Amino acid sequence: MKFDIVRRRYWWFVISALVIISGLISMVMQGFNLSIDFTGGTLFDLKFAQPVSVAQVREVLQDYNLENSTIQLAGTSTGAETATNVFIRTKVLTDDERKAVQAGLSQRLGSYEALRIEKVGATIGSELTRQALIALALASVLMIVYITFRFEFRFAVCGILALLHDVLVTLGTFSLLQKEVDASFVAALLTIIGYSINDTIVIFDRIRENLKTFRKNESLFEMVDRSIWQTMTRSIYTVMTVLFSLLALLLFGGESTKNFALAMLIGVASGSYSTIFIASPLWVTWREFSDRRRIATKVKGVK
Amino acid sequence: MRLGSLTKFLVVVLAIIVGFAYYITPLALSVKQGLDLQGGTHIVLEAVDTPEAKVDDDAVQRVVKIIERRINELGLTEPIVQRQGERRIIVELPGVKDPDKAIELLGKTALLEFQDESGATVLTGTDLKDAKAQIDQSKRNLVALEFSDIGTKKFADLTAKSIGKHISIVLDKQVLTSPVVEEAIPGGKAVITGSRTIEEAQRLAILLRSGSLPVKVDVVETRTVGPTLGQDARDKSVNAFAISSVAIFLFMILFYRVSGVVADIALLVYIILQLLSLKLLDATLTLPGIAGIILSVGMAVDANVLIFERFKEEIRAGKTMRAAMDSGFARAFGTIFDSNITTLFGGAALFILGSGPIKGFAVTLGVGIIISMFTAITVTRFLLKMIMQANVIKSSKLFGA
Repeated sequence: MKFDIVRRRYWWFVISALVIISGLISMVMQGFNLSIDFTGGTLFDLKFAQPVSVAQVREVLQDYNLENSTIQLAGTSTGAETATNVFIRTKVLTDDERKAVQAGLSQRLGSYEALRIEKVGATIGSELTRQALIALALASVLMIVYITFRFEFRFAVCGILALLHDVLVTLGTFSLLQKEVDASFVAALLTIIGYSINDTIVIFDRIRENLKTFRKNESLFEMVDRSIWQTMTRSIYTVMTVLFSLLALLLFGGESTKNFALAMLIGVASGSYSTIFIASPLWVTWREFSDRRRIATKVKGVK
Repeated sequence: MRLGSLTKFLVVVLAIIVGFAYYITPLALSVKQGLDLQGGTHIVLEAVDTPEAKVDDDAVQRVVKIIERRINELGLTEPIVQRQGERRIIVELPGVKDPDKAIELLGKTALLEFQDESGATVLTGTDLKDAKAQIDQSKRNLVALEFSDIGTKKFADLTAKSIGKHISIVLDKQVLTSPVVEEAIPGGKAVITGSRTIEEAQRLAILLRSGSLPVKVDVVETRTVGPTLGQDARDKSVNAFAISSVAIFLFMILFYRVSGVVADIALLVYIILQLLSLKLLDATLTLPGIAGIILSVGMAVDANVLIFERFKEEIRAGKTMRAAMDSGFARAFGTIFDSNITTLFGGAALFILGSGPIKGFAVTLGVGIIISMFTAITVTRFLLKMIMQANVIKSSKLFGA
């Protein structure tokens, strides 16, 4: 079952690069499905007594010049034409405008229960983006400092790169699938960062330990490979328990946590992958390169 | 077999299991629930500058007081009014029946003016002593006003001046009524007619009693969660929590046998401590918060996995069971500590940045990590030492090696 991880590292790098690049392309081409938490606007989460179709809802919205709003049917398998649970996202409406729209909807499409109504002003939306970026930067800086202090700078950088990998994979997937990105997605990203670095440190810790008792008849690559396999059981068990929790949340938790659980699932899976196949191989590549350079300059010096 | 140690072990385990079963439900229910779990409205108000009134610290403080007064009149259980930053105010109204009316009530400036025929303002709402909603004999809905001493005099003068002419009662620049004055009113009492329902009259009375806002206030964010969605979210997430916990418990027993059972017992302690600390911190449990707890249970187990894997390695290296266990704990501790601290950084960033639900998530995650270090290391070690001392199980295999 064992296979060479470090020797094949360029394969892993290529796979990751492909995944990230396709994510980036999607982000540039179709962007994200941003919730009103980011764009500002008004959200209606309504449960009608009778199933309605997107077209019917759009017709009603036309009366209020809102036909360009986003209308989604919720909780149905894809391809269903009508549903009782509908999400409507419009630009920011004043309270009077909103009440008018609600009256129009109930008049023309039957009674409904308002599960959720949200209004977010435009300034608050842009604040969330700013805050999210600051939080990401702050957490990363704190982590780099701590890891450099406890291990060495190279470990810190490789750990952060692995973490960035996970953030990009999660962002890319959400962009590709056009899943809604809201405030809980930001929480998910920060948790993924925490989990990814947590995971990476466990392997770095083992590498650091093995470095101390490093046998000269073994190359650095082989030692790192050994370290990874020594901790493999733990890596698998831990990611499994966390995935159990998240799957339970995805399948049995309510609608509101589904997107959060999905983001976490992608991030945690990516986090485990990046720890084993990206962070450690990156580190050993860098370390080997520095070691060779050091020896080369020494030799030059002697000459 | 040392009976004393074995008995001690069984007693402690039993106490934990019974304690858990007994306290878990009341404890879980006693934690304050966020709006996404119990339904209600979350409102963010922002004070804005207008040519007539610029926002300053004093003005915002007064706005907070007035908003509090208005909310108290709504008679809700446990509303929250909190100032955020320089000019924002966060209002949470759990279980409010009519969110639209509540939002309207809070954002309204409610400047009442009494104007003479030429449009000059003679009296304002500050000259009022009291305002009450009433129904008169003709079944009209009224707001009965009572003026202060100064107000009474001003009103007497106004009505005396304006006999046979109109005076206007204006609310936020909109005319409420414009009656013709028949005689001077020295008694300091007046009524405002024109409310369509008694609820409308009551709302106007609340606005007048609480006073007008010194500056203009915009409603920049509202989130209303209906009670069914709240209930649904709550039920589903409790379900998810139960299912994931059971899955993890079984997993640990399967792969680590007796050590796994001990780790599971420690998890029970973890869950209780987690809820207890939320209660003590007076934290609000939100939907992301529950997700945080579910996740942290999965991650709490990680510490135990690290320790038990080390234990396996030490046994393979030839150590005795007890020495291997000690070594396992000692060597895993550094790893657990380093990895958890870095996760805490992520949580700290979330806490500093986040609003409401995200803060809730950061708190449960952060608290969870700290507590899990205690239960996974200290509690597990305590229990394992006891059962090893009992000398009941001789095979290291049964401990998961």
